[in-house]
Amino acid sequence: MTGMTVIVKTVTRWTAALIFLYGAYVVAYGHLSPGGGFAGGVILACSYIIMVLAHGREAALGKLPKAVASRLDSVGALAFLALALVGMVVGGLFFANWLQNLSPGTAFHVFNAGIIPLANVAIAIKVCMSLFLVFLILASVRMLGKGEQAELRCDEVD
Amino acid sequence: MLTTHLMTFLMVFMIIVSLKALMTKNLLSAAISLGAVGIGVSLVFLLLRAPDAAVPHIVVEILTLLLLIRATVRRGVRVVSGQRDIFGASVAAVLVVLLLAMVVPIFYEMPFGSEAAWTSSDDHTELASGYYLQNGLAQTGSANIVTAVLLDYRAYDTLGEATVLFTAVIGALVLLRQRARKPLEE
Repeated sequence: MTGMTVIVKTVTRWTAALIFLYGAYVVAYGHLSPGGGFAGGVILACSYIIMVLAHGREAALGKLPKAVASRLDSVGALAFLALALVGMVVGGLFFANWLQNLSPGTAFHVFNAGIIPLANVAIAIKVCMSLFLVFLILASVRMLGKGEQAELRCDEVD
Repeated sequence: MLTTHLMTFLMVFMIIVSLKALMTKNLLSAAISLGAVGIGVSLVFLLLRAPDAAVPHIVVEILTLLLLIRATVRRGVRVVSGQRDIFGASVAAVLVVLLLAMVVPIFYEMPFGSEAAWTSSDDHTELASGYYLQNGLAQTGSANIVTAVLLDYRAYDTLGEATVLFTAVIGALVLLRQRARKPLEE
């Protein structure tokens, strides 16, 4: 898996950064405009996935190693849960919006809405890393044999 | 009314394309047809003025298309072998036409995508949606009410959704890993 032609590689090198930026924008403005943690996370994952497709798996894993992705996946999920638990301690309710109650921001501003942007970021990290890992796993599945003896084989994923 | 006509057109388009995806023997063609169905669904969401549903849908659809093409077609599995199931397909077609005949009148009955759906003079405060629309910004500070519902009023559901994704990744990793795979001991 060495990647595609030099045209595709060059275009991907430029667009991957822009796609990543757009994903970050969708996440950061999730409480103001359509989008949010899930959509932004998928866009972030797409920016890594087109790198896998164009440059090959090794180049993408150089940017985002599998161990890092797997840990960030857990970190995102646990951060979301931690926000909820902090709400239970500080605000008295599971998922209480304690930050908004403590210091209400200006409406329609980015630094506003308490824990909602933080939860968006946590979900985005989680979704991005999950989908990146799922793509890596499924892209390395290989079909061996034909017909009845066909066997799914997975290489270099552990 | 234009919205309703467009939705009916998109519905028929999606049905035809999904039948094409089912009936074709070429896997690449089937995957691309599925992508067209996804674009149709997200266009319907846009017509119903639900961009918060349309954006994740179109993005996930692109990702799924990439996965399908990468994981199946580029692995040398190009065509489906075996007999076409004519009987099953015809039963499915009859069912789909029946369903369409029942659903399309409802499109024309309900004020989908028209101003009347949400600017009617009725006070909707007794409904949950009316409550969110009236108090969402003041209570959560989030201008996007959909996000306010997802991450504040109904954040528990979002936690469950994140857990589902987490479990899916764990399952895929466990089933497809190779290092710890060894034959069962006697």
